[in-house]
Amino acid sequence: MRRVLLAAIALLPLAAPAWEQPVSGYAYLPEQMQAMQDDEFENPGMYTVEDGGTLFRAPGYNGNSCAGCHGDNGSGLDRKGIARYPVYSTRHGGPLTLHQRINDCREQHLDEFPLTYDEPELIKLETFVRHLARGEPVNVDVSGPLKPWYDSGKALYHTRIGQLDMSCHHCHDRYVDLKLRDQVLNQGHSNAFPAHRLLTGGVSSLHGKFRDCYATLRALPYEVGSEEFIALEVYLHARGNGLPIETPGIRR
Amino acid sequence: MKYLFSLPLFCCLLAPLAAQEAYLPWRAENFAIAAPLGGLQGDAARGRAIVASRERGNCISCHLLPIPEHPMHGTLAPPLFGVGARLSAGELRLRVVDEKLINPETIMPAFYRDPARYHRPHPDHATTILTAQEVEDVVAYLVTLR
Ligand code: HEC
Ligand code: HEC
Repeated sequence: MRRVLLAAIALLPLAAPAWEQPVSGYAYLPEQMQAMQDDEFENPGMYTVEDGGTLFRAPGYNGNSCAGCHGDNGSGLDRKGIARYPVYSTRHGGPLTLHQRINDCREQHLDEFPLTYDEPELIKLETFVRHLARGEPVNVDVSGPLKPWYDSGKALYHTRIGQLDMSCHHCHDRYVDLKLRDQVLNQGHSNAFPAHRLLTGGVSSLHGKFRDCYATLRALPYEVGSEEFIALEVYLHARGNGLPIETPGIRR
Repeated sequence: MKYLFSLPLFCCLLAPLAAQEAYLPWRAENFAIAAPLGGLQGDAARGRAIVASRERGNCISCHLLPIPEHPMHGTLAPPLFGVGARLSAGELRLRVVDEKLINPETIMPAFYRDPARYHRPHPDHATTILTAQEVEDVVAYLVTLR
């Protein structure tokens, strides 16, 4: 019996995470940080939300503003719609992140030149827009045309990288709840982003966080907005489907 | 994340240290590397410092070790108390050099693996993690854990 059990354990698929239900990184934060995230007035990420709101209402090149179409406080935007990003875009023939959607809107409806990925102005706008959907469960549909991007993001997540030769999967699936030095490993979800980071004292985009992860593993990061990071974003969001959007989350 | 392995700045300062020496090939047999890398002699006291150092071995980020002056040890790997009694110097050397030869699925970094085999290493870190001398120092320290 013992032997059968052991054999069964040995046959488990290696890529299976050690968890079944996604749990937000929030649950792993010390109480003061949770309180800071929850309190609108204490949360330093709210400055970025405000800056984003100002940009949202500012007229663009042709005099239009985001607010002109979507309401002064973004009240015309659908929370559920925001939670569905990245979505498949026929125009792009691939995934469209919320970040890109905002850039597209600026270009098409405000006649602005598109900004490069993760430019501060876009991060502020994204933080403002995603904050509108705070509490809404992440709901990315990867059963249809986004499936190939989900799959390649998943492959990237399981690829060993850098001098340390580890993958995201090692820390965030396999060793969750165990300690790396003084840090309890969480499941590495994306629902807090853009998030305010105490270490840098600023808001970090999800792709910025990816670059940090690569640096930690002493690996050469991909560019923000690269195909690779967009695929990783598709995978990560879908992997955390059901978690409430926390933007702006507070993280170390 | 801050404490894991090192801050990028630190790496830049330390990388040239490892870059100075050429990668020395080694041979594993029976799950051990019998011969010291480059025939070098290890020093247990230096090894203890490397094992605890965030910038070098950082073994305590995963393993519990009898190094009480550093309060924060990881719990994701087996404690290394008594490992010098369980494993020979040659067996310990292979585990530090490349644990993947024992367990291909392991999270434990290979501290002395051919850097040509890394996937997308950062150019500042296209070397072995530890130098051959550092590996020998770490092995000399592990042997004392009885
Ligand atoms: C060696 C361990 C390790 C590896 C490998 C690793 N991470 Fe992390 N990651 C951490 C730790 C520790 C934290 C928690 C930091 C904190 O407390 O804010 C974290 C946090 C995160 C978070 C934020 C989650 C949250 O809600 O706080 C994301 C997203 C993330 N990682 C993604 C990744 C991705 C993508 C990769 C691979 C490219 C990766 N990680 C590889 C250790 C790791
Ligand atoms: C990121 C995590 C991590 C780091 C860093 C790490 N190890 Fe490990 N180590 C492990 C894990 C996990 C195992 C368990 C076996 C396996 O996974 O292959 C292990 C196994 C070992 C073993 C075999 C233990 C036994 O009882 O058989 C030795 C010896 C060892 N490690 C030494 C070290 C030394 C020395 C360092 C630093 C120079 C180090 N480790 C750094 C994760 C790590």
